[in-house]
Amino acid sequence: MALALGLAPGLPLADARAREPALAVVLHDPAADAALLRALGRLCADATPTVAIERPDALLLEIGGSAHLFGGPEALAERLQLRLEAHGMRLRKALGPTPDAALAFARYPAAEGRIARLPVAALNLGEEAERGLRRAGLATVHDVARQPRAAIAARFGMGACLAMDRLDGSAARPLSPRRVRARLRFEERLAEPILTADGARTILARLIERACTRLARRGKGGRRFEASLFRTDGQTQSLAVESGHPTRDPAAIGRLFAERIDTLADPLDPGFGYDRIMLSIGRTDPLAVRQPPLQADKEADSEALAALIDRLSIRFGPARLMRLLPADSHVPERAERRAPAQGAIAQGATALPWPQQQKPEGTGPQGIGPGDPPARPIFLFDPPEPIEVLAEVPDGPPFRFRWRRAQHRVSRAEGPERIAPEWWRLKSGALHGGRTRDYWRVEDTAGRRFWLFRHGLYDEALESRPPGWFLHGLFA
Amino acid sequence: MPYESFSPGRSCPSWGRGMATPPPDGATSPADPPEPGRLHEIRAATAEDAPSAAAAALLMAWGARPENVPHHGRGTIAWLRPERAERRNGRLHGPGLAALGLDPARLLLAVLPDDLALLKAAADLLRSGSISALLLELHGPAHQLDLTASRRLALAAAGTNTPAILLRVGGEPVPSAAWRRWSVGSRASQPLEAGAPGHPAFTLDLQRNRTGPAGGRWQMEWRPDGWRTLEPDHAPQPPLSRPALPVPAVKQVQPLRRSA
Repeated sequence: MALALGLAPGLPLADARAREPALAVVLHDPAADAALLRALGRLCADATPTVAIERPDALLLEIGGSAHLFGGPEALAERLQLRLEAHGMRLRKALGPTPDAALAFARYPAAEGRIARLPVAALNLGEEAERGLRRAGLATVHDVARQPRAAIAARFGMGACLAMDRLDGSAARPLSPRRVRARLRFEERLAEPILTADGARTILARLIERACTRLARRGKGGRRFEASLFRTDGQTQSLAVESGHPTRDPAAIGRLFAERIDTLADPLDPGFGYDRIMLSIGRTDPLAVRQPPLQADKEADSEALAALIDRLSIRFGPARLMRLLPADSHVPERAERRAPAQGAIAQGATALPWPQQQKPEGTGPQGIGPGDPPARPIFLFDPPEPIEVLAEVPDGPPFRFRWRRAQHRVSRAEGPERIAPEWWRLKSGALHGGRTRDYWRVEDTAGRRFWLFRHGLYDEALESRPPGWFLHGLFA
Repeated sequence: MPYESFSPGRSCPSWGRGMATPPPDGATSPADPPEPGRLHEIRAATAEDAPSAAAAALLMAWGARPENVPHHGRGTIAWLRPERAERRNGRLHGPGLAALGLDPARLLLAVLPDDLALLKAAADLLRSGSISALLLELHGPAHQLDLTASRRLALAAAGTNTPAILLRVGGEPVPSAAWRRWSVGSRASQPLEAGAPGHPAFTLDLQRNRTGPAGGRWQMEWRPDGWRTLEPDHAPQPPLSRPALPVPAVKQVQPLRRSA
């Protein structure tokens, strides 16, 4: 449909809009496209074990050995087409003797499955070489094939010859099929059911040992481990633990499971005994073998801390242990983010810098310099707490305020620091909705320091509610 | 009128607000890094002084120089907060920490549901020996915190030579195994131009000290480059509406009679 309207890849957006004003524009997201292709590749996994992903838009299936199981290549292609169309995809399928030929037939259906009729663009030599071939009067692959190879190689490089060879199969074209690795799963079947929880733990420890050996051989570390305990009466109990960093240390994993078992609401109940215990590793990450340091150093230390964070996260829930990360916003309540501490130590390095006091003169809010007192409170109320304020003049600093039923008399005040709303987040845009806040740093007569703001300006207020006062934070 | 001659700041028993003995020479200063392997207690003078006490505890924790962690300048500082404190006194705000000159990336924040969980987690963190300092915040009466519990914390801290700081807001002072106990209140700051509030200022009372004399009051100000001592007589305390402690009438009345 887009092509019918005269829209093609590479067209500038303004031109495209001129041709079709009702154009829906979506940003290009290569990662999402690749993920979708991978998902489609998984859907095709039953047709053949060799499913290769051809970026940006193609899947290559090697069906030479499996087509007969489905009643021939056409029947298999038809079947896959129906399946993908059931997922809302529209696809062009093509069969070819070589991977490159199949790709070219799918992209240039006008060739009707004959290599000789493919346009030279099917060689994928790049725009310049393609233009050169056309100028030389060579429009199809057949035309190119009739020329002496030496001339083609001299004029367009060996790449052109290789592309020709790959089309007809005289040069091999490697495929890199997606590899499916079986999930790591270890189980112990017991001839005689185990009647005690301690016995089950012992077997679990043995399984963990085996899993760690296998992980070490693969150069991986596990991030998520699941233990399933099968009882003779058919009941199954599952325990899952997660680790912030990939690990294959049996003792550490054992401690995580011990923590999980200790925090169970109902303790392990073997009943009539467990007859099968299974450990599977849900998620793995690469973990290279490292030389142990000669001295206990920073790394060993942070590893001990990471292991402890894992244990505490299992005990209290991962959301309760946090690291503070800066966020890119000038609105105080959005200027920081709380990330779960599990696995956050590694991420910390890539985070934004915290807004520092040390800014060049005059660029910070009100020229905050190194010698100035903190401009942001250490405790922030979210949501801000409403207060009653008495000010001498409407736009002036507060003179007295009442917070939580206590009166505070302001002895010193500084402000206002004006913080505008993030209009790009507002549905109605910059001019409507969203009120400016005027922040004041005040100190009361008892020496306590507060961060107050007036929500809205008095000019704006004429059309809507009057501005309200809020207490947003407490300074040290 | 026996009470009128009772002006704050002059006749000074060492307790009560507004009355202070100057700190003895060579005494422990709040600016000193906390001794590693010891439990230090910081109490908010009143519930409203919680932000000041928390800041003083944080500054103390950041100043810690434990020997067991070689990269002590960069190690993790764990702060265990009760969920109630986050709701009542506001969430901890990273930019505010950065503004005090403390790097929030060093902080590991745990917000836990109850005191028992806090105490258990604190003991685990101290025993692991992988943090630079621990800050445990308890609000209200904290019945779980008895002498046994604080002794357990102190032993865990001593075992790995990690400084532990217990921050208490509200509740009665209970016997504890703390090495030192400070009572921290907020103090009027040194004003900047145009009457703007200045740098954070604190009043710190040393209430208990195992290595030296207790008592003494420090008036300190924190700037991003360090502590500064303030003049005690700057910015008089607000007049008290009533005497800070009941004084036996007889003792007060007699000198007055003589002077009359």
